[in-house]
Amino acid sequence: MAEALDLSLYAKPAGDGTLGMDVAVEGIACGGCIARIEDAVKRLPGVTQARLNFTNRRLHVAWSDDVIKPAQILQTLETIGYHGHPFVPLRAEQEEAAEARRLLRCLAVAGFAAMNIMLLSVSVWSGNVTDISPETRDFFHWASALIALPAAAYAGRPFFASAWQALRAHSLNMNVPISLGVTLALAMSVVETAHHAEHAYFDSAIMLLFFLLVGRTLDHAMRRKTRAIAGNLAALKGETAHRLVDGELVGVPVAALQAGDRVLVRPGERVPSDGVLLSGTSEIDESLITGETMRRKIAPGTTVYAGSMNYSGAFTLQVTTPGGATLIDEIESLLEKAASAKSHAMRLADRAARIYAPMVHTTAALTAIGWLIAGASVHDAVVIAISVLIITCPCALALAIPAVQVVASGALFRCGVILNSGDAIERLAEADTVIFDKTGTLTLPEARVVNAGDIDPVLLQKAARLALSSRHPLAIALSREAVVRTPFDDATEQPGRGVWVMLDGSEARLGNAEFCNVAQPAANERGASTICFSHGGRSANIMISQKLRLDAAEVVNSLAKLGLDVRILSGDRNAAVRPIAEALGVSQWLGELKPAEKIAITESLREQGRRVLMVGDGLNDAPALAVAHVSLSPIAAADLTQAQADAVFLGEKLAPVLEAVLIARRARRLMSQNLWLAAVYNAVAVPVAIIGWVTPLIAALAMSGSSIIVTLNALRAYRGRRS
Amino acid sequence: MNVLVYLLPIALGLGLVGLLAFLWALRSGQYSDVEGAAQRVLADDDLER
Repeated sequence: MAEALDLSLYAKPAGDGTLGMDVAVEGIACGGCIARIEDAVKRLPGVTQARLNFTNRRLHVAWSDDVIKPAQILQTLETIGYHGHPFVPLRAEQEEAAEARRLLRCLAVAGFAAMNIMLLSVSVWSGNVTDISPETRDFFHWASALIALPAAAYAGRPFFASAWQALRAHSLNMNVPISLGVTLALAMSVVETAHHAEHAYFDSAIMLLFFLLVGRTLDHAMRRKTRAIAGNLAALKGETAHRLVDGELVGVPVAALQAGDRVLVRPGERVPSDGVLLSGTSEIDESLITGETMRRKIAPGTTVYAGSMNYSGAFTLQVTTPGGATLIDEIESLLEKAASAKSHAMRLADRAARIYAPMVHTTAALTAIGWLIAGASVHDAVVIAISVLIITCPCALALAIPAVQVVASGALFRCGVILNSGDAIERLAEADTVIFDKTGTLTLPEARVVNAGDIDPVLLQKAARLALSSRHPLAIALSREAVVRTPFDDATEQPGRGVWVMLDGSEARLGNAEFCNVAQPAANERGASTICFSHGGRSANIMISQKLRLDAAEVVNSLAKLGLDVRILSGDRNAAVRPIAEALGVSQWLGELKPAEKIAITESLREQGRRVLMVGDGLNDAPALAVAHVSLSPIAAADLTQAQADAVFLGEKLAPVLEAVLIARRARRLMSQNLWLAAVYNAVAVPVAIIGWVTPLIAALAMSGSSIIVTLNALRAYRGRRS
Repeated sequence: MNVLVYLLPIALGLGLVGLLAFLWALRSGQYSDVEGAAQRVLADDDLER
């Protein structure tokens, strides 16, 4: 039955009679795809605009109403080999886009001002050693002031605003000394210019702003890109629910469900939303929610949660809370507590600022007092003190960390790790204990055949090919083994029992033991589910179970070699956890844990002074992820869990976890190297400034030089294995 | 040195034109897809096929 797909939720009127929709597109490989996609979509009747953004892999389509349905656009994409899913841009993303434009505007203004002031300053510097007249010098200084003051007022806003916020909260951040330095430098320059002095510091102040804005803009751009890709992945994961409207089925995006809607859930589908069963019975797998791999029987009146996998029968659900945004009350309250208790690891840059800022201010004050005692005039003492402030302005220091972060998050991105929070790199590098969840994290998110070696390959292939005709989750797991991917013709499914077909003159049956006329298989302790197959007098019991990620053992081993203490905490039965822990060589494991117990263990480890890296995917892991020092989550994880994690990793392998730790450690090393470089620069420059030898020329050169060295050093974080 | 009185404003004015051009490009969305622009320039969609 072809079911109508209703995507009107995503189509937004553009005002000129057309509708617009944004689609995240999967499968774009090269520049050639741009033309293919745009041409194909533009050929649809009524489409007025199709523009693909290659940077964030999103297609914007506009069409006149009533000519085509939005679903046709997705079908067109399917026919040329791309998978698309419509989405509504998050508000946070729109705000970030606006912030990026604001930063770029500030950068442009600062760049323009810096270039022109430099032009004037170089003339003054060369004039000072030759024959510039005081009138011309004053004219140049006033011209510089005319450019510098409005430019600083405009381009400095990101720093001033943040510094003001910090001061109001009675704390210091890196922006406080920056703002103070820039303001004082400009104020002093104006005073000096009014007194026809030889030197003014307009150039230093504006160059400082320019370099800092370069760092911020890069940092912001990188974060925005990874955020966009993560948003696309979330959209592509978005599933459709079958809503019952007047007895007819209409496919709607899960996001369009409302409380009270009735929804049909077929076997092999995930429950789209929290709700109460109205009719039908089934078994559901709640491993994504509780970690428990044993299935639960459900009947009318039972409450089910979004994300559960429906196994045996179709049922109708009344939606209680739409969008699958809810979770079990217990987890919700734990999560609230965890989020408020989370130790706010202070960022390296802020820690440096807290030591650095008072030191700089004290040094400057002492310099002024020292010169006064030594008999200098008040004017000279103040000028020298301010030049100390300017030369120590943490240009290199403020670039030292963002630059490394930008480069390292690029390296992480290439390894399939997408960062959710900016300071995760620092915390990742500090981790000394790794806690893995089992289901979906150490194991693959989907079940696989585990005893393939014990079964005649010919028989297994027949079974796997027959399994292609069924939508039962066990059959879907089995069908992954099929080499020939075309289903048998005339295969018939008996819902809840099995599927059969005539093959070489005899019946081939795949299903439960009774259906296949074989003896009931003995219960096995590994917690695997069994599916039977019989054909021509031969039969096989095929065991389906969670399978370890291919490189799990290798990764766990390497992590242990790096000196990390690897543990497993699972919500699943001990019988299911033990073989996995043994296979991986992890001696410290615990099973049958409730979410609260996972938190308790994580917290007690923290109290012992350990820094815990938590890797988990289930809803039951979400609170523990929030409590842990740093957390990672696979892309297949529950939405809420992903939102809690500091980073998300892609793919079927566990290797990104190891790569993330390695890259973060290297980045951390580079960050402290950079801080040391900045410290050495200050150790040299500050005494020179205190003596009173610093001219604006030296200040400008020293600051740019140290910034460039620090940035070049940061680029080394990009090295990393490509995977 | 009186030449500076009009040379300097001219120099600043030219810089300002560049700044305004950049702000215009930013406003008209030319920086929203820099990778795409790099790829599109290679497409031969302006040729008769």
